[in-house]
Amino acid sequence: MSVLNWSGILSAPLTRPAPGEPAEELVLDVRDLRMRYGRADVLDGVTFSARRGEVLALLGPNGAGKTTTIEILEGFRMRSAGQVSVLGTDPAHGGEAWRARIGVVLQSWRDHAKWQVRELLAHLGSYYAPYTAPGRPRPWDVDELIATVGLAGQARQRVRRLSGGQRRRLDVAIGIVGRPELLFLDEPTAGFDPEARREFHDLVHRLADREDATILLTTHDLDEAEKLADRILILAGGRIIADGSADELSRRMSTQAEVRWSRDGQRFVHSADEPTKFVRDLFRQYGESVEDLEIRRASLEDTYMAMVRQAETESGRADGTGRRRLSAVSG
Amino acid sequence: MNAGWAAARLGARRGWIELKHSFTNVNDLVTLAIFTGILLAVMLWTRTTTVPGTHFSLGATMMASMIGMNVGFNGLATLGGLLAVEREDGTLLRAKAIPHGMTGYLAGKVVTVSGMILISVATTLAGAFLFSGLSVGRVSTWLTLIPVLLLGLVATLPIGAVLGSLIPNARSAGLLTLASGGLIAISGIFYPITHLPHWLQWVGQVFPFYWLGLGMRSALLPAHLASVEIGHSWRHLATFGVLGAWAVIGLVLAPVVLRRMARREAGSSVAARREKAMLRVG
Repeated sequence: MSVLNWSGILSAPLTRPAPGEPAEELVLDVRDLRMRYGRADVLDGVTFSARRGEVLALLGPNGAGKTTTIEILEGFRMRSAGQVSVLGTDPAHGGEAWRARIGVVLQSWRDHAKWQVRELLAHLGSYYAPYTAPGRPRPWDVDELIATVGLAGQARQRVRRLSGGQRRRLDVAIGIVGRPELLFLDEPTAGFDPEARREFHDLVHRLADREDATILLTTHDLDEAEKLADRILILAGGRIIADGSADELSRRMSTQAEVRWSRDGQRFVHSADEPTKFVRDLFRQYGESVEDLEIRRASLEDTYMAMVRQAETESGRADGTGRRRLSAVSG
Repeated sequence: MNAGWAAARLGARRGWIELKHSFTNVNDLVTLAIFTGILLAVMLWTRTTTVPGTHFSLGATMMASMIGMNVGFNGLATLGGLLAVEREDGTLLRAKAIPHGMTGYLAGKVVTVSGMILISVATTLAGAFLFSGLSVGRVSTWLTLIPVLLLGLVATLPIGAVLGSLIPNARSAGLLTLASGGLIAISGIFYPITHLPHWLQWVGQVFPFYWLGLGMRSALLPAHLASVEIGHSWRHLATFGVLGAWAVIGLVLAPVVLRRMARREAGSSVAARREKAMLRVG
């Protein structure tokens, strides 16, 4: 078995969508997506889906095809094969009304340097006005949006005078100015300081909760993925090798937990299959002399590393070019 | 189509905003002042020189030609360059990510560059009082100048957009400026084209610069100056024919080429160009 895909046995995510809602509405439905550049298969049968209001994190080593996947879903890139449905439409043929329901957060560089923050957001937002839908007035009120992303102090500032972190907030604001039902974020917090990162995470949670937006983000920050995402997808070797919550992934990879404690000034470590039972026995035996007790499941990082390594060995075994293929493809 | 028209109107707004930006921006204003200053100096310096075979000021002739040159240069090189630069920096991708954003973007660019052209024409005309012999007050002047100006915009802006889509990066935008400069040199802007070798005259007459210059001279100069032109005539019919042909070529090509260019824009292509550009800088 080369693909560990157990999305079929997953129960609904813990928090979203709220019970009673049409939970089964698929916002993203990707089946057997393939992308081939010349002789290299960048995507080799990617399959996953997302329900309304879900936050998905797409993880994977560099060159695994994360950006390619996102760009195909955004309608910016043509796929080689496979079925893709984004908000019920094939992104290869998505019209302007479809486009209006989608938000894309782009990494800005030096575009619109002479524009003022408020002026730019008001202008870009105005394109969404014809696409107002019941319960979803478009665009977002510009002053409210500026306050939401924390740029109130910079509203009249020219874009080129913004700091790096402020520019990224502006990127996010531009991405959501049309109140998207589906938001794509490609490495949104690259270059953020911890505080900006925290604020950004709050913003993503608010978007998913209040706006009922579905969010697909790529990141290299496993901690971020764990905090933000209802579900984590790991893309390696052109396939989704794992699909589930951070907790489910770590349980899937290892059932063992590490138990650490100290007794009489001595430290102990033990790997237990049934940590609860082990700890109960521990207390029964030593009672109050047990101190500094810690029980750790495998971290997402451990899980991720193990899964990616496993996928690489397996695809290397399946065809001898596997490893080379992984490292040769960029983007 | 409704939202499309709305986007075109938003684009016009966008063009107006960007036009204001470039005229409230020290860098742009200084560049404009230097450029205008140099040209004005050249014209004033040649004010007392006469067009060969006449007693008419070469500087005044140059001033009329220069209006045509400005239309052509901005329509082709400025628009093309802006498109290349803004493709590289991601402005176009942003437009693509927005409903009807490309329509708005292009409408905006056309308005911005047309505005720049109108301003350059107006400022040049405002300097006409420095030269004797230019008839700015005549009705017939305006009846020629305005149609040549409008046709010049339609003949050059779409071609400029096509060129901007075809050149690979912002750095090659300089080539566009250079090529335009070369064509201007053989288009009778600074000196009557009849003094060039015959084959160069033919090359010059293929491109819009010559005809824009000729059209503007015919509008602003006294009738007897036609004697130094090819065929001793202002050749209005040929002017409208050649500029019209460029307009048709541009309007046919532009939608196809622009659509192809827009289709290829994606975040990773912008990122790749950014990396390349950084390597060049670093």
